[in-house]
Amino acid sequence: MGEMTTGGGTTIQVLEGSETGFATTKFDALLNWARKYSLFQYPFITACCAMEFMAMASPRFDMARFGAEAPRFSPRQSDLLWVVGTISQRQAPALKRIYEQMADPKYVFAFGTCASCGGFYDNYTTLAGIDKVVPVDVYVPGCPPRPEAVIDGLLLLQDKIARGDRTPAIVKPRRDPTVQAGNLVRLGKKSTAT
Amino acid sequence: MSKRVLEILKSKFGDDIYETHSQFGDDTAVVNPQRWREIARFLRDDPQCAMNMFVDLTAVDYLGRQTPRFEVVLHVHSLERSHRIRLKARIGDDDANGVEIDSVVSVWKGANWFERECFDMFGVNFKGHPDLRRILMYPEFVGYPLRKDYPADKTQPLVELRNVPDKLPPFSTDEGMPFGRQTHDYPRGEETN
Ligand code: SF4
Repeated sequence: MGEMTTGGGTTIQVLEGSETGFATTKFDALLNWARKYSLFQYPFITACCAMEFMAMASPRFDMARFGAEAPRFSPRQSDLLWVVGTISQRQAPALKRIYEQMADPKYVFAFGTCASCGGFYDNYTTLAGIDKVVPVDVYVPGCPPRPEAVIDGLLLLQDKIARGDRTPAIVKPRRDPTVQAGNLVRLGKKSTAT
Repeated sequence: MSKRVLEILKSKFGDDIYETHSQFGDDTAVVNPQRWREIARFLRDDPQCAMNMFVDLTAVDYLGRQTPRFEVVLHVHSLERSHRIRLKARIGDDDANGVEIDSVVSVWKGANWFERECFDMFGVNFKGHPDLRRILMYPEFVGYPLRKDYPADKTQPLVELRNVPDKLPPFSTDEGMPFGRQTHDYPRGEETN
């Protein structure tokens, strides 16, 4: 008899019989477990964050590890909407329509500061955050966010799915190792003896 | 480089060239807006000028600084003679009446979208333009965003916006417009490295 823990803290018990094994769990937990590892993404990519998205999708960072590598260019076949980049007021109706076309359960990922809050665009044409149009599950700040932050966001989303939690979540900044190493390397500054 | 072009223009159009100057290698002529297209066509067709390449067209709003309020700015270049010139025409009064000028699409085809953009952003009415519609903003947009009297923080959403009261820090519900403007007294929370 083995034990497997899903992210949500639900225990799946694997019981081994004499000839075949079977497992017991809650139906919802199983469903969430399946959903969490089969996120079909619809990339809604509009601006410079796309560069980082490409890095994300490429083998170096390898999104396939998390079951989220298959882009579907039809919203009807996807359950994770990646909003990558600046959304203008003119695009907002299109974004809303795409979101409405997606089948439940659907999740929205705000990639980058622009998608999260409008970023530094302080003007007549930019939508100040996609959450003004569609509900967002995970915000990833950064201009653009590093792929590590995006992976953090993806894992956060998987965790939320496993828990059945739909409140928005945000990727916290990681502790920057260069700050700790600041006494060793200071670019452009003479090191002061401290 | 192209001071000669300015000389040619002055000798040909006389008083309709209001002002010329040459600074930093750029030669500029401020011309009578009534003869805008005529001068443009002359620049293209005259073998001495031979301005066969359209480069840029835009406008500037000098609200409260000069009347006429708008300045339409045109850059053209000659590939044959390798010189360029900047033409300006001043139009419109402080209440933005009479903001109109002849279109130069019939002279340089490339001016088409530039004039549409200029119309979109400044509301300059190009007479004789084949298809003067907004190009960047949506048709429902009211007003001209790059005019100095358009409030910079005024958006015109096409869909009803959701209310997001539970926005998480570091973002806030009042983000977007006021965000960039409050940089001076922006509350710095505890440093998170
Ligand atoms: S957050 Fe930065 S990188 Fe991303 S779309 Fe906005 S401006 Fe571009």
